[in-house]
Amino acid sequence: MTSPGHAAAGLGAADLAAQAAALPVDGQWPLWEVFTQSEQGAPHEHAGSLHAVDEEQALQNARDVYARRGGVISLWVVPAAAITASSAGDSGPFFDPGAAKAYRHPQFYKAPRGVRVL
Amino acid sequence: MSDDPAVMAAFEARIANGESIEPKDWMPERYRKQLIRMMSQHAHSEIVGMLPEGNWITRAPSLRRKVGLLAKVQDEAGHGLYIYCGVETLGADRTDIIAQLLDGRAKYSSIFNYPTLTWADMGVIGWLVDGAAIVNQTLLAKASYGPYARAMIRICKEENFHKRQGYEMVSVLAAGTPAQKAMVQDAVNRFWWPSLMMFGPSDVNSPNSAELMRWGIKRKSNDELRQRFVNLTVTQAIAVGLTLPDPALRYDDATENWDFGEIDWTEFNQVVRGNGQCNQERLDTRRQAEREGAWVREAASAYAAKQRASSTSVAA
Amino acid sequence: MSGVKGSVTPPPAVPPNVLFEALLRLGDDRLVLGHRVSQWCGHGPILEEDIALANIALDLVGQATMLLHLAGEVEGAGRDEDALAYFRDEIHFRNCLLVEQPNGDFGVTIVRQFLFDVYSVVMFDALARSAHPELAAIAAKALKEVKYHLRHSGDWLLKLGDGTIESHDRVQRALNTLWRFTPELFAADDIDRAALAAGIGPDLSAMQAQWISIVRDVVERATLAMPPDVPLRAGRTARQGAHSEHLGHMLAEMQIVARSHPGAQW
Repeated sequence: MTSPGHAAAGLGAADLAAQAAALPVDGQWPLWEVFTQSEQGAPHEHAGSLHAVDEEQALQNARDVYARRGGVISLWVVPAAAITASSAGDSGPFFDPGAAKAYRHPQFYKAPRGVRVL
Repeated sequence: MSDDPAVMAAFEARIANGESIEPKDWMPERYRKQLIRMMSQHAHSEIVGMLPEGNWITRAPSLRRKVGLLAKVQDEAGHGLYIYCGVETLGADRTDIIAQLLDGRAKYSSIFNYPTLTWADMGVIGWLVDGAAIVNQTLLAKASYGPYARAMIRICKEENFHKRQGYEMVSVLAAGTPAQKAMVQDAVNRFWWPSLMMFGPSDVNSPNSAELMRWGIKRKSNDELRQRFVNLTVTQAIAVGLTLPDPALRYDDATENWDFGEIDWTEFNQVVRGNGQCNQERLDTRRQAEREGAWVREAASAYAAKQRASSTSVAA
Repeated sequence: MSGVKGSVTPPPAVPPNVLFEALLRLGDDRLVLGHRVSQWCGHGPILEEDIALANIALDLVGQATMLLHLAGEVEGAGRDEDALAYFRDEIHFRNCLLVEQPNGDFGVTIVRQFLFDVYSVVMFDALARSAHPELAAIAAKALKEVKYHLRHSGDWLLKLGDGTIESHDRVQRALNTLWRFTPELFAADDIDRAALAAGIGPDLSAMQAQWISIVRDVVERATLAMPPDVPLRAGRTARQGAHSEHLGHMLAEMQIVARSHPGAQW
């Protein structure tokens, strides 16, 4: 648990007040995306999202909302604002492997006769 | 861009092809609006739906039933949460959407405007109301909008226990003391018709249906789903020795459907327009929770802001 | 340690009613508190918290079920957990005063929860070493749950204590008001002494030292003030059936359906 805030060195009361004022009073808590891992060695998969004010709360909420039925051994919570996504318009050129780049695939390469396992 | 028929045709072709529309994909403004409306209504229904059942948690007559009911209501909160988060991917704000519920602008499922008067209502709601919701939801798991479909898959998995729990409760009561049997029959008599009304008006009177079907948000007609529910449920009622309050109920060998009587649409319209028995109470309860929770939400935000401020200055 | 799994054989030195009473105290605390917390479902300050509080209530009622079930077996009079929960009168309940206090606002609920969670963590940590194998097993499982509960209530105490002026004032008031119910948690009577002597129950005064140290640490980090010490009122405690007026109303609601149909299955 983090330590309680006092007026921190370097930030005057006026700055803190301005920061507090910038937050909507009863506005949204920030959005977090939740990723869960179901077993050893499996990748973390997107499970959904939730609202929380900080990491500790996000982790606890994620556990209650997405992991209470078991089947989860690890959780990641990420502020939604921290995620950068490719855009829909990128889909063609951004992802298109191009038929001309077969050298990235194993079938491109012939194994010598008689070699069983490669 | 939305005026370009070629773009719209391409969009509808994607849907016809079974593709998922994701948050960053192009979509007609009307598709976005319809989804926001439908998904919000669905989420609101889950949240308001916690109240009629929440009414009996403190009176559950055994520890096993107590935890079962509490877990069910907890799931409903979770379902609301999944769907609210899904609506947010469409650019809507949870706070705004909830404000629309609380000031009466947004709708939620009419069934939750009925009062729960006995313990038996808990079993009947699980059996009939969740049963009706499942008929609807199984198809929504294939909705064209990705976040909605994914939320629905999660919900369908969790929903199965709700209906089983309800039906188990009903069968125990129906086989119990004369007082218990009378209690559950009375509950069925009160909830049967409202459950049928959950499927909405006959498609003839449902203006949005055709467009929603073309856009893969609605997969089957209201009447089809209602008939499916009736067919499933009548056999379940017979199996536990309960009657349904419809003298016109009759099995048709040719169609293999259970034909049923006329729904009282006056009652439906009244409830949907805010004049049901509990509409006022449900919204008052949600408003109170929102109001009384404001200082808590503000405190958490203020604490987090202070922590960020102090850690920023430490880092500097 | 005796303990063929599943057998209910307390160590010979313990009069059976001591074990029964000790289990009722543990079970009733969690039944009453779980019931109280379950009242929040649908009324919480935010959806995520409705889910969190429901989890806590479910854990507590689950613990109560196991403890009361064991109590019924130990008593050997044919009463199961439901018979004990739904068909005992108020004066036969053995929960402490703290848990039967009404929910109040979210601040009161969190402070009540926090004070009890610290107590539970320390209690189950001790009971996991109980000479009674079934009780030790229940305690070991419950300990995992209550550590999580403490993480939740402790974090909220920090957020509310060090949030806004309003939240700070509300939880300070709640702490000041609920503090008078805490001495009872550590007031050992004959049952406690007999349980301790038999190795099945904890040393309450050792527990109190641990409890106050953890509580003080979080309270101060939450920028709150520790309330002044309040002496234990003389006379019978709630552990001996001397409850507040709150419990009767709570039980009337909790028990009404079960009592209206005695002998029925649900």
